[in-house]
Amino acid sequence: MSYASLSNRSKNVVNKKMTFWESIYLPAILGGMATTLRHFFMKKNTLRYPEQQREFAPVFRGWHVLKRDENGAENCTACGLCAVACPAEAITMVAEERQKGEEKLYREEKYAAVYEINMLRCIFCGLCEEACPKEAIFLTDRIVPSDYVRQNFIFGKDMLVEGIEPEHRIDVTKRQKHLVEKKQA
Amino acid sequence: MLTLSILVLSVLAEKLGLISVLFLVTLGIAAYSTYGERKIAAYMQDRLGPDRAGPYGILQPIADGVKMFMKEDFIPINSERWLFILAPGIFMFVACMTSAVIPWGTTLTAFGANLDLQVTDVNIGILYIMGFVSLGVFGIMIGGWASNNKFALYGAIRASSQMISYELAMGLSIIALIMLTGSLSLRTIAEQQSGFQWNVLYQPLGFLIFFVCALAECNRAPFDMAECETELVGGYHTEYSSMKLGFFLFAEYINMFVSAAVISTLYFGGYNFPGIDPAWLWGFMGPVVLFSKIFFFIFVFMWIRWTLPRFRYDQLMHLGWKALIPLSILNMLLTGLGVLLFNPL
Repeated sequence: MSYASLSNRSKNVVNKKMTFWESIYLPAILGGMATTLRHFFMKKNTLRYPEQQREFAPVFRGWHVLKRDENGAENCTACGLCAVACPAEAITMVAEERQKGEEKLYREEKYAAVYEINMLRCIFCGLCEEACPKEAIFLTDRIVPSDYVRQNFIFGKDMLVEGIEPEHRIDVTKRQKHLVEKKQA
Repeated sequence: MLTLSILVLSVLAEKLGLISVLFLVTLGIAAYSTYGERKIAAYMQDRLGPDRAGPYGILQPIADGVKMFMKEDFIPINSERWLFILAPGIFMFVACMTSAVIPWGTTLTAFGANLDLQVTDVNIGILYIMGFVSLGVFGIMIGGWASNNKFALYGAIRASSQMISYELAMGLSIIALIMLTGSLSLRTIAEQQSGFQWNVLYQPLGFLIFFVCALAECNRAPFDMAECETELVGGYHTEYSSMKLGFFLFAEYINMFVSAAVISTLYFGGYNFPGIDPAWLWGFMGPVVLFSKIFFFIFVFMWIRWTLPRFRYDQLMHLGWKALIPLSILNMLLTGLGVLLFNPL
């Protein structure tokens, strides 16, 4: 019984006898050699890696960053929405109340004393970023480095929060939807 | 007496110099064939190939050689120890010997001295080459048997039966060529093809058969039955490591170089090219022409390897016994008829 081809690209296989020209192989061999010779002069796809690097797509999701506001205070209020949204159960945190004199460090009255992402559990889906009401967590175009020990893949605040100094800030404008849309408009 | 000994010494020095130069050139070309092979493979697969060792990766053969020497030299405990060690040596030795009778050019006439560009002009040059090529199977056979490993033995058996089958067709196609040239000396054959009187024009079918058989004799794809990874791990050199493996692989590239040289000499005019006198540049023009032809044929060998998939073993035997041998006998009959009609003795 025969089935209709969905793609219209399937060929019917027939066990027919080879013709004379097919049975002496030579025309087919020359045709094949013409193909390889054509590829010989084609543009090569190789990228010489350490010197050249392939550009990431703007939607690339890698190593997370916890953002600070323009004054250098952490945006995160430890509301836990990211941890709830996370399908891989990779995020844990411990919330704490902001003390007097810490206004420079934390933007609102509550902050995350501990914030950990298990990079081995994380599937880099970006749902934490979507869940965040404070624009505190973003996925960036940095690749999580490899390691020999599982323990080292649990990234704490030391690995996640960006630096205060302008040169240590991490640019996430590509991932901020309202900014991207404003730019396009 | 004194003059005689001086004469002997000078001839000896001349030949020794030629042999050493030829040896070095052979090794150099074989080494850089590995680089060329990888580059050509890469380019035909839209890649760049080795480019880390030196500019464009031209130091890659040296890096490969150093790697081969530094590897652990392992001899399996069940192997026939001395034969296991001897086999790569035999293979390498036989591969290097064949280039002795190839005329690389006419005569060098630099600094008032004359130097024949051929190690020895034996009048049975073609038989000499055929003899040594068939000795090459001993290296593979002994290596595969001494390994005491079933894959190695299978590879060796395949290699020897393949070589025996294709040597018949090769010899028959050469007989047709000899009927035209009337000589077995490679020097004479090369001289006869001056200008554009190349033998390939009179022996196109013979050339085709010879070329296919040369591919099979070199164990090159699509006839690399002896070492097909998918079925036999590494074939006859499965158990070999370090520079012993290096010798096997290296000798195959030397074989390829010599085959290209023999094909150029027998069918493509040797050091002759229309419009170019091989005696130009104090006689250096001959080697230049011949080596360009050799490089072209090495390229074709690699081109074929990276185009065609491997034959199945029964297809290989079918092609050898049922197609090439009848064809070469037909070619022999046609040549004899042609000689009778157009060139009565």
